[in-house]
Amino acid sequence: MKEWKEVLEDGTEVVRSAGWSAPGCHPTACGVRLFVKDGKLVKVEGDPDHPITQGRLCVRCLSLPEAVNHPDRLLYPMKRKKEDRGKDTWERCSWDEALDIIKENYDKVVEEYGLQATVAFEGTGRMASIESTTAAFNVLLSPHLCYAFAGYSCYGPRIAITVFTAGAGIPEMDYAGGFADRYDDPRFEVPKYIVIWGKEPLSSNADGMFGHAVTDLMHRGAKLIVIDPRVTWLAAHSEYFIQLRPGTDTALALGLLRVIIDEDLYDHDFVENWTLGFDALKERLKDYPVEKVAEICDVDPEIIRATARAMAEHPVSCTWGVSVDQNKNGLQMGQAILTISAITGNLDVPGGTVLGSMLGSDDGEGRTSMNEDYHAGEDMQVSSTSGYQGTSQAGVSLAQIKAETPPEIQAMRIGSNLYPAYDMTMNEVQPDYFVQCIERDEPYPVRFAWIQSSNFLSPTCSAQPDRWMKAFKKMDFTFATDVFMNPTIMALADVVLPVAMFPEADGVVMPQYGMNKTSGSCIVKALQMGECRSDAEINYLIGKKLNPTAWPDTLEEYMSTYLDDQATFAHTDFEGLKKMGTYQEPTVYKKYEKGLLRADGQPGFNTTSGKFEIKCSMYKFFGDDPLPYYEEPTMSPVSTPELFEEYPIVLTTGGRKFTSFHSEHRQIETLRNIDKWPRLEINPETAKKYGVEDGAWVWIENPHGKAKLMAEVTAGVKPGVVHATHGWWFPEQEGAEPNLYGVWKSNINTMVPNLDNGKIGFGAPFKNVLCKVYPAVDNIESPEALDPYSKRRVAPVNKSEE
Amino acid sequence: MNGLLVDINFCTGCHSCEVACKNEHDLPLDNYGIKISKVGPFKIEQQDWVFNYVPSLTKECDLCHERVERGEKPSCVLHCLGQALEYGPVEDLVKRMEEIGSSAQIMIP
Repeated sequence: MKEWKEVLEDGTEVVRSAGWSAPGCHPTACGVRLFVKDGKLVKVEGDPDHPITQGRLCVRCLSLPEAVNHPDRLLYPMKRKKEDRGKDTWERCSWDEALDIIKENYDKVVEEYGLQATVAFEGTGRMASIESTTAAFNVLLSPHLCYAFAGYSCYGPRIAITVFTAGAGIPEMDYAGGFADRYDDPRFEVPKYIVIWGKEPLSSNADGMFGHAVTDLMHRGAKLIVIDPRVTWLAAHSEYFIQLRPGTDTALALGLLRVIIDEDLYDHDFVENWTLGFDALKERLKDYPVEKVAEICDVDPEIIRATARAMAEHPVSCTWGVSVDQNKNGLQMGQAILTISAITGNLDVPGGTVLGSMLGSDDGEGRTSMNEDYHAGEDMQVSSTSGYQGTSQAGVSLAQIKAETPPEIQAMRIGSNLYPAYDMTMNEVQPDYFVQCIERDEPYPVRFAWIQSSNFLSPTCSAQPDRWMKAFKKMDFTFATDVFMNPTIMALADVVLPVAMFPEADGVVMPQYGMNKTSGSCIVKALQMGECRSDAEINYLIGKKLNPTAWPDTLEEYMSTYLDDQATFAHTDFEGLKKMGTYQEPTVYKKYEKGLLRADGQPGFNTTSGKFEIKCSMYKFFGDDPLPYYEEPTMSPVSTPELFEEYPIVLTTGGRKFTSFHSEHRQIETLRNIDKWPRLEINPETAKKYGVEDGAWVWIENPHGKAKLMAEVTAGVKPGVVHATHGWWFPEQEGAEPNLYGVWKSNINTMVPNLDNGKIGFGAPFKNVLCKVYPAVDNIESPEALDPYSKRRVAPVNKSEE
Repeated sequence: MNGLLVDINFCTGCHSCEVACKNEHDLPLDNYGIKISKVGPFKIEQQDWVFNYVPSLTKECDLCHERVERGEKPSCVLHCLGQALEYGPVEDLVKRMEEIGSSAQIMIP
């Protein structure tokens, strides 16, 4: 579309906008045309003029009218008595009454326990995610923002290791997103190989990169290198495929480095001029001969050698996935993967792996560079502007809010002494530890919670969600903001506020939340549903209620400044961006040569040494090995052979489908018609061994929990490995406790323990625990499946819980 | 005569064609103008993985003649994430098929 709006002959308005959850996806900003007739969303099509997606859309946006117009949507605020938590006794109330209830309870908790007794919980990926820091630190004035994802096992570890080694924003494969002519721009080069490591970009659009950019580049001759325990579609279409044992990626990365260095395939110029610690790495790699690595990973050593040689060619682009994060050894994995890109001369070059700049803009002005905090010296301070949010879309419009968490309260953040790296990088509490603190009231009680767009009882992010549920029942008051009623809200909240879906809100969406700038698009409000409000508006309404003098006089004033501030990346205001639709910023390559990574404008990386730190100086503050090393998963055939006798299968979870965004879309009929049930991929040989038939319900069980999924017998996983889909609950079922929309039936995360993190608090074993699998003779409604607590036994491998 | 060409090497199994078609033709849930089938994954000659999706058309497909008359692409072609689908006169598609090779198929509803 050339204009932001057109009117068809029958009066239907067509509005140009861009996609972001809720509901749908990461900040991928797919170009959409919203067809609105008489105030109702009647159809969605792709916008052929959008430079990245070019008219294409996935089934989640194609079925968007079903979500927007769904009869189960939350359209009005609702309240419920605290003693009724878990019961479906919700009553509609006005915004004013809901805000009064929130204020009354907030004041009571703050009076009795202090501001430190409050917490905001964020979820993944949604528009809400750029509002969560404001919610915690400027609305609640709390020291606590929590993403209940054990070990922040999505994005966090990758952000952290990129900062530690390169002082840069999240790297991404080069898909020419910043160029108007895209792949035809002369500055761009088609990668010879694209490395897809632990990722399924086609269905996930992970981190906001339009996943089918991979097929675009395949059309233009790029070949694939895929590293994955599963035979994904991309793996089957790759030139080199390493089907490794789940959780052994770091060993593999070290083996690849060993080949690259042994065979002298590295870029000597880059290594000499731009890196720190190459010789130390070389020494470390003596511990990782290829044969040994092949044995650890359960692959042929020759495929490691061949793949390493291909990865050393030019240009080679790399896109890494959530498998880096869902592994306690993931920081080391990320460090080794980045090092491969760096020493092969494929970092920040055309068709290579492009770095984000941590500066507010390429001219060095703009928001705080977290690395100034980081690399200032040993006396590191945590402030509410540190953390990656300080350089992304989050916290953009704080100047107009005159309230923030007081420093003495900020200093009380739970666990910041135990997890300083986590605290500084993410500016959040470490969730595995935090849940334990809520349970024990240590070091002090936490009694007031805001669940902002996070359905953490469903198997999306939290480990042992049943444990989170019990802990949360201790809250004096909990309120939630979301688009549908869900198990988490039904079980835990006292008030729920209705959130606008993206067709109902103005906003700005940028892939990677703006941390690797290529493009950004305008989200345009096309209609209003009920009394729904955008997350940014909700921040204002609650903030104004709690601290009236700290916020602008009117909502309109706040939102107008907020939206203009969000649009500044495009060198315009919100109205300007609305006319523009999508702004692209041409990629500048080799930013480290041009002084574009450092606030002082000097060439180099924004690290202590100014080099790409293969050997990472930051770790001396954090107490971990500065060089990458392999660590076997806590629960594995190798580390717990006795347990392996009873639980002889490796469980990996969380692979993506086109038909859902984590726990979203379970009530969308069109999508449920494609993927009806939670599936467990199991190899034919393993299935036969345990009496499992294709399409039959099976139990998956380990010492931590159990879940029931439907078997999909496929050669796509190796014998002895199973893969489970995540995010399942059943909106069509009874919502009240104990059923809670069936959230405990297929809850694969009950099998994943808390506190099985890496040394500095990142990573969790969502993709590498043990289990057993057996046919479910009962049906899915079995009472056993309904009771989350009946099956719990003592967890043998849960370190530091004593 | 017009038809659709699919390059099987680029059908990623995303189902966008199915849903876009239902939207365009207002089809009920259990009806399709185009539907994909999964082939694989399995290995041939102990070496190469086969994992493809193959679309096929039904009588509900009218090649989106109303859209085409307005100068737009058929809905499945527009929304196909892998850009595996092309629309046009069959004689042109045959030429494209020769360029693409063995992974291309032409479909006529």
